[in-house]
Amino acid sequence: MTTAVDTTKPAREAPYEGPLLDVRDLHVEFVTRDGVARAVNGVNYSVRAGETLAVLGESGSGKSVTAQAIMGILDMPPARIPRGEIRFRGQDMLRMGREERRRIRGRKIAMIFQDALSSLNPVLSVGFQLGEMFRAHHGTSRKEAKDKAIELMERVRIPAAKQRVNDYPHQFSGGMRQRIMIAMALALEPDLIIADEPTTALDVTVQAQVMDLLAELQAEYHMGLILITHDLGVVADVADKIAVMYAGRIVETAPVYELYARPAHPYTRGLLDSIPRLDQKGQELYAIKGLPPNLLRIPKGCAFNPRCPRAQDVCRVEVPELFPVTEDDGTALAGRGSACFFWKETLHDR
Amino acid sequence: MAEPILEVKDLVKHYPLTQGILFKKQVGAVKAVDGISFDLMKGETLGIVGESGCGKSTLAKVLMNLERATSGQVLFKGEDISKLTGQALKAVRRNIQMVFQDPYTSLNPRMTVGDIIGEPFEIHPEVAPKGDRRKAVQDLLDVVGLNPEYINRYPHQFSGGQRQRIGIARGLALKPEIIICDEPVSALDVSVQAQVINLLDQLQGEFGLSYMFIAHDLSIVRHISDRVGVMYLGKMVEIGSDEEIYDNATHPYTQALLSAVPVPDPTARETRDRIILTGDIPSPANPPSGCRFRTRCWKAEERCSTEVPLLAVPELLKGPAAHQSACHFAEVRETAAV
Repeated sequence: MTTAVDTTKPAREAPYEGPLLDVRDLHVEFVTRDGVARAVNGVNYSVRAGETLAVLGESGSGKSVTAQAIMGILDMPPARIPRGEIRFRGQDMLRMGREERRRIRGRKIAMIFQDALSSLNPVLSVGFQLGEMFRAHHGTSRKEAKDKAIELMERVRIPAAKQRVNDYPHQFSGGMRQRIMIAMALALEPDLIIADEPTTALDVTVQAQVMDLLAELQAEYHMGLILITHDLGVVADVADKIAVMYAGRIVETAPVYELYARPAHPYTRGLLDSIPRLDQKGQELYAIKGLPPNLLRIPKGCAFNPRCPRAQDVCRVEVPELFPVTEDDGTALAGRGSACFFWKETLHDR
Repeated sequence: MAEPILEVKDLVKHYPLTQGILFKKQVGAVKAVDGISFDLMKGETLGIVGESGCGKSTLAKVLMNLERATSGQVLFKGEDISKLTGQALKAVRRNIQMVFQDPYTSLNPRMTVGDIIGEPFEIHPEVAPKGDRRKAVQDLLDVVGLNPEYINRYPHQFSGGQRQRIGIARGLALKPEIIICDEPVSALDVSVQAQVINLLDQLQGEFGLSYMFIAHDLSIVRHISDRVGVMYLGKMVEIGSDEEIYDNATHPYTQALLSAVPVPDPTARETRDRIILTGDIPSPANPPSGCRFRTRCWKAEERCSTEVPLLAVPELLKGPAAHQSACHFAEVRETAAV
């Protein structure tokens, strides 16, 4: 049996050559009273060590559900995964046994949630909760676990960590609580961190502190990072590459600079254009018309077609795949893809 | 922009902190709003920015008279409304309405849209006589871009952006002169925010409204505001036209706030000169002496802990830098923030 608990900290494995995480054709559905809600409809993305992938999307785009499927924390039922693969270091986690999967979660892939106050247990001290990571995964003693908790709190720069280790979550400010969440995710030195809107609940000056800390620790440990957000500003600051999601699909992928300079999907374009710019003061803001679709009734063809200024008949019938985006002369653009029949025209819009 | 429609003078709102059960004795106070003065001009949009806990929402509540001011004056067209009660208060409230942040909790789920928007008419029947109410509500729905036939639907049948339109229609019902918008778009999806901002802009032109626009999103505030006030821990630290604040901020807090805002442009990564503030906002129950920002300020000196800086135009500054700023060492930052 392989259930023996290793008490020593496992040595870090050799850097993995391929992508750390490779999500392929992932589908997630929720069975509800009113029908089947298709939250994720064929998502593909991958992250390498040291790389930051930003998943950008509005509420209901499926960005968080994808992350929950990766972590294996979806409630099934009502959720189910009819198709797809989630490969971690080449191994499909969806085909693994419970125990095997559990050894990856937390230890190899950790998650940071948006709302630190509701993610921490209010009746246990933060030191106890941080120490729990070591006790549960490495069988560390209580005393040693507390020392490790203090060390972690110092890592994420919580002032007076020694004095505060026995404090309860409500005694910390929002920014400090989010640091504790980061400390908890880092505890077992994972290869990959998934951060779901890590700074959305924070004020801008605190947000800047927390994002800086996260980026610094990521570089130090050479971790992969999946940053899930709706904030175009945060993405521009930290991402290496971006996947834009809409109605459960990835509609555009691109390296960060390229995406902002030359979007190749009308939805991405619309998002970028609706940010108020200096030279537009006093003018009407560009607004994408209409509303995000109901996942129970995703429009036929391209899900964005009812809101798209470029929609033609073909968009109402056929679902566009993620086409590779190239220059006019056919030169491939690395990492770029757009799920729009008219990506070429969109790329040239300006 | 003619005369001020609302003048706020030295407004204070303290929430008492008590100890003991039977003989409650006051042991201190949360100084949520602590001496704020400004004018709101007719037809103007005044943006108020600041982080959570700075007192911007308390300010809105006091202006609406939902909370009684501890001291100070709120003059609406020259008349002090902060101490009014009964009929007189009811009459003046018609002129100042509010749009709330969360369109999910600010609409009663058991009332139809028609009842929600028409409810203000129950309190002020003089605006729309009983027979005309249905028509008045349908007109309002039309004005905010919703189908007038939706009058019998319930809030849950609408999306977030549509609900916020319902909230705006309710705010417009009594034909007010001032609308206070407290974070009106921050609960909405990015693609829907622009729609609501455009609607507010259009309504202002149509009805000659004055807005007080409270938000933490600095780029949206800049887009919609004529003037911007920056709040920190119950005080107004800087106020001026959008150009004066965004391009020529002289208060260190404003500069830090502007530099911390993530810019949706990856090419700005190298050129940006960010000020990362250390620490958190102190508790408003026990604010620092002197200048309240001094505990996080890199310019702070001895003088800042003893002498409270007044909100005034610094004498030595000229041009767009010469606007009201509450700092002893006010000056424009060398590298412009955004």
